[in-house]
Amino acid sequence: MDAILSPAFVTALLLGAVTAGTPLLLAGLGEQIAEKAGVLNIGIEGMMLMGAYVGFVAAFTTGSFWMGFAGGAAGGVAVAVLMSILCVRLGMNQIVIGIALTLGAEGLTALLHHFQFSRSYPRLPDVPVLEIPGLAAIPVIGPVLFAHHPLVYLAVGLVVLLGWLFRRTNMGLNLEAAGQKPGALDAAGVGVIATRTWAVLTTGALAGIGGAFMATVGAGLFVPFMTGGAGFIGIVLAMLARGRPLWVMLGALLFGISLALTTAFQVAGFNIPTDVVHMLPFAMVIVVLVLFARHSVLPPALGLPYVRSDR
Amino acid sequence: MSAREAIAGALRVALPIALALTVGGAVLLALGKDPIDYYVFVVERGLLSWAGFQESLTRSAPLLLIAAGLIVAFRAGIWNLGVDGQFLLAAVIAAALAPELIAFLPGLLTLLIGFVVAALVGAAWSLVPALLKARIGVNEIVTSLMMSFLGISLANVLIKIPFNDPATTVPQTRTLAVEDRLPRLFDTTVHAGIVIAVAAVVLVHLMMTRTAFGLRLQMVGANPRAAQHAGLDVGRLTVATFALSAGLAGMGGAADALGVLGTIRADWDPGYGLLVVPLVFLARFHGIAVIGFTLFFAVLMIGGESAARRLGVPNFFVLVLVGLLLLFLAVVEYLDQMRRRRRVA
Repeated sequence: MDAILSPAFVTALLLGAVTAGTPLLLAGLGEQIAEKAGVLNIGIEGMMLMGAYVGFVAAFTTGSFWMGFAGGAAGGVAVAVLMSILCVRLGMNQIVIGIALTLGAEGLTALLHHFQFSRSYPRLPDVPVLEIPGLAAIPVIGPVLFAHHPLVYLAVGLVVLLGWLFRRTNMGLNLEAAGQKPGALDAAGVGVIATRTWAVLTTGALAGIGGAFMATVGAGLFVPFMTGGAGFIGIVLAMLARGRPLWVMLGALLFGISLALTTAFQVAGFNIPTDVVHMLPFAMVIVVLVLFARHSVLPPALGLPYVRSDR
Repeated sequence: MSAREAIAGALRVALPIALALTVGGAVLLALGKDPIDYYVFVVERGLLSWAGFQESLTRSAPLLLIAAGLIVAFRAGIWNLGVDGQFLLAAVIAAALAPELIAFLPGLLTLLIGFVVAALVGAAWSLVPALLKARIGVNEIVTSLMMSFLGISLANVLIKIPFNDPATTVPQTRTLAVEDRLPRLFDTTVHAGIVIAVAAVVLVHLMMTRTAFGLRLQMVGANPRAAQHAGLDVGRLTVATFALSAGLAGMGGAADALGVLGTIRADWDPGYGLLVVPLVFLARFHGIAVIGFTLFFAVLMIGGESAARRLGVPNFFVLVLVGLLLLFLAVVEYLDQMRRRRRVA
């Protein structure tokens, strides 16, 4: 049991949790925006995966992680554009289109990867880390909190920013209204379709950056199907957070820990089949849902297309 | 039905397929492969060659059982997207059980028990999403997907630890001898699972369209609140729908495990679940129609698998086609609605 409490184990666990949790945080925040506006974005898994692929290619060709994130955002937005045209503007079934986009992105990225990289499996160089001077030297806490890629700090900043946007700005209120009572928003002279379109595109960008983070900072390479359900976990996070960005972050950290257990156990010298560890985050989702789902609140207009004449 | 309606009906089916194949062909072209070569090869291998056609029929068995399960769920308005976990877990348990039972039970009884157990395992794996949906109204899409990921990992744990055959180097369940597997039909390589599968689809269709129970499920699907007001126990019907749907998916697992493979290796996951979704939509939840679409898709899969070896187009391409098919289905459906609305107006 000593190995469990050793600083090396705890550091590996928490460090891994932050790395694994950041994509979940970005996806969860993105999904939260879409859900607030009344769009259930099942295609988020496809947006993440497209972001992971485009992000990896961009980072690999330019050698810059920031270009990777920009590419990831572009990849996610590309999928989100389809979703916003078909589901928001034309009002098609969000679930059918969501599944279609996820399957299409899975197939397309795997195909492209096969023709470009399957012989070489190139890796990215080591991640540039921003160490906060002084603080990063503290044992355990230092590396866990103060030595990450700058994007991690930006993601945490985004939590604060969104919390302010949701509560204190017209934009946030419009978003909320688009999911709660779209007719009222329309009557107040704000376009429901436009609001929802922006929401879905933002989701695409955030999910894409999350995917790109996974491929570039997390793994250093692209593997087909590498998101492995992270987008769907993002949906759960958004569901349970009841519209609060801070809760998404806490959830992402929790699931990040369960994802990071594999590496941490290896560091500590435990031999546990990886499949058991793979079960952890999903088992956790189910347990959390059984315990807390009673309290999850979703917007009444979630999943319903807005048709003006039906108002 | 007027001739015009008949043409519109045929277009609603043919157009999405044609569009998906065309755009898919453009993707192939962009990757430097000749799409005509690919499609011709797929049809030759999956449909026109006798061996390939038998393989396609064999592949239809699990797909049809899954389709039957999805028809029950979709008609009742329930998104059971956890099919892959239900399928794999049932397949692994059936595969592990059969070699043990065959030692002291007659062959047919072993196979029968295998199917029943697989159905029960599948159904059991749907219980959590079903109860969460029935009791507190948690969206079943997310929960069934989560249970699916969980089920796939659990199936691998089962293969690697308790059910591992010590006689093999690769982790896998004990092998059921070829002569003990599902009997072959006549002189072909097609196993009896296809008969079970077709029977299941037909029975499900009759149940949904001709029985009071089916009508109740359809009512829940059309409008759960109205069904509640009409005095139906929506919660219980939800659990029943999930159990039936997942049970059929589990039988699909048994068909592959006991008919084709005889053993399940670690990390085997065909992921049929989401692939069958567009077929069920193409058939508009109609049990008899889905048989044709499933066979078409099985040809695509089997032909695609040999194209992967011969033409160097990996099987991921089939995923792209399925995504495109779903997308164009929704688009054509939308255009059709517009057309009707214009005619009314």
